[in-house]
Amino acid sequence: MIEIKNIKKSFGDVPVLKGISATFENGKCNLIIGKSGSGKTVALKCMVGLFEPDEGSILFDGRNITDMEFTARKELRKEIGMLFQGTALFDSLSVEENVRFPLDMFTDKTMEEKTERVNFCLERVNLANTNKKYPSDLSGGMKKRVGIARAIVMNPKYLFCDEPNSGLDPKTSIVIDDLIKEITQEYKITTVMNTHDMNSVMGIGDKIVFLHEGLKYWEGNNKEIMKITEGELFDFIFASDFLKDLRRRAQY
Amino acid sequence: MVKIFSLVGEYFTLMYRSISRPEKTAMFWKETFRQAAEIGVGSLLIIAIVATFIGAVSAVQFAYQFRNLSFIPMWWIGSIERKGIILELAPTISALLLAGKVGSNIASELGTMRISEQIDAYEIMGVNTPAYLIGPKVLASIFVVPMLVIVAVMLGIVGGWGAGLSGHFYSTAEYFRGVQDNFNSHDSVVMLVKATLFGYIISSVSCYMGFTVHGGAVEIGKASTRAVVYSSIFIIIVNFFVAFILL
Repeated sequence: MIEIKNIKKSFGDVPVLKGISATFENGKCNLIIGKSGSGKTVALKCMVGLFEPDEGSILFDGRNITDMEFTARKELRKEIGMLFQGTALFDSLSVEENVRFPLDMFTDKTMEEKTERVNFCLERVNLANTNKKYPSDLSGGMKKRVGIARAIVMNPKYLFCDEPNSGLDPKTSIVIDDLIKEITQEYKITTVMNTHDMNSVMGIGDKIVFLHEGLKYWEGNNKEIMKITEGELFDFIFASDFLKDLRRRAQY
Repeated sequence: MVKIFSLVGEYFTLMYRSISRPEKTAMFWKETFRQAAEIGVGSLLIIAIVATFIGAVSAVQFAYQFRNLSFIPMWWIGSIERKGIILELAPTISALLLAGKVGSNIASELGTMRISEQIDAYEIMGVNTPAYLIGPKVLASIFVVPMLVIVAVMLGIVGGWGAGLSGHFYSTAEYFRGVQDNFNSHDSVVMLVKATLFGYIISSVSCYMGFTVHGGAVEIGKASTRAVVYSSIFIIIVNFFVAFILL
């Protein structure tokens, strides 16, 4: 479980997070949603330790990452997997080397053991037989799946996904969402995912936190969110008049 | 002024972090050898071409100037060539070339990794990124640049010999008599000191420029240019001080 308590973060004079608190539960897909510029990515980067929050605490099963020493933070990071918006695969390494990198760096496993684990992870994301390919040879959806394989190769306890559906067609987005959900439940991972994709919200949103202008505006799940009838969240979900009209027709 | 101190402080902090203990020594050395091969083998041809022709053209220049000075024997050209190439031409010109080729390459590679979040990905895994990404580049450069300079010295002297023979300025025996005459090993020490320092300057300045990029593709281009310009300026300044102190 991850708890964030009263997180504040400013860049210069511009406050981006104005005091956010939330709890993200184990074995669930926890979604942070909001418009562009609402502070989703900054919140996620604070959680993984890429940004230091100005105030507040972030607890990973009771361990506060904000006041951890460098060595302890490095150890905690080995329990974290992350899927980046642009996948952040290492260009100069093949798919196999990308997925194997954390094992090479942090374990003393033999090459056979590492290869076995890499193959398992690649098969898990339906990418068997792509080991020798390079990131430049892959489609957007395949890159995302390699990113997921790399994120789970060390058996993480926490998985962070920064807009995993950006740049993907709706069908591939659903494949990625389903994969994240399956992995989350299968390995009992605490998954925190940034998105503004409504298909993801409806499909896998076990818990949803809506951010608006740096504040938590709403919290609930994918069933409760459809009961919203007005306000910023309503405008976010039904962004176009066409969708609003469709919803009204569905109600009557 | 505050900004300059801040940049200098940031540079030295990054360099200090890059010499901290790597997570896995085997991975560190693997990356160091990969970088050494990339810098060394990748730059060998351009260094060879430039050094040979610099040696050749300087021989032609000396022969042109000494032609009417009958009291200067032509074998002196070999001696002047050796001295000039070892002390100045090979280390400085090689370093300036490498600042352009290797420096811009390092800055754009690290800049692209920063912009595409690859460095963030390493950090989230728990990798000490300066130690893994900067340390091997600096170490490889410190070892490889002196080797490239030694190659440049040899080919520069060969270039001077070839030009002299082609222009009938001197015979092979005369030229190599000059090359060997009154050889002082201190010159080689000065050359190696210069080459080592230049290797450090090229890699560390370029790594700093690339690692600290913020923004997008335009910023990568600017960082790459800054890496070449600042490396070249520091090379010229350090070149003077090393010559001033050691000669």
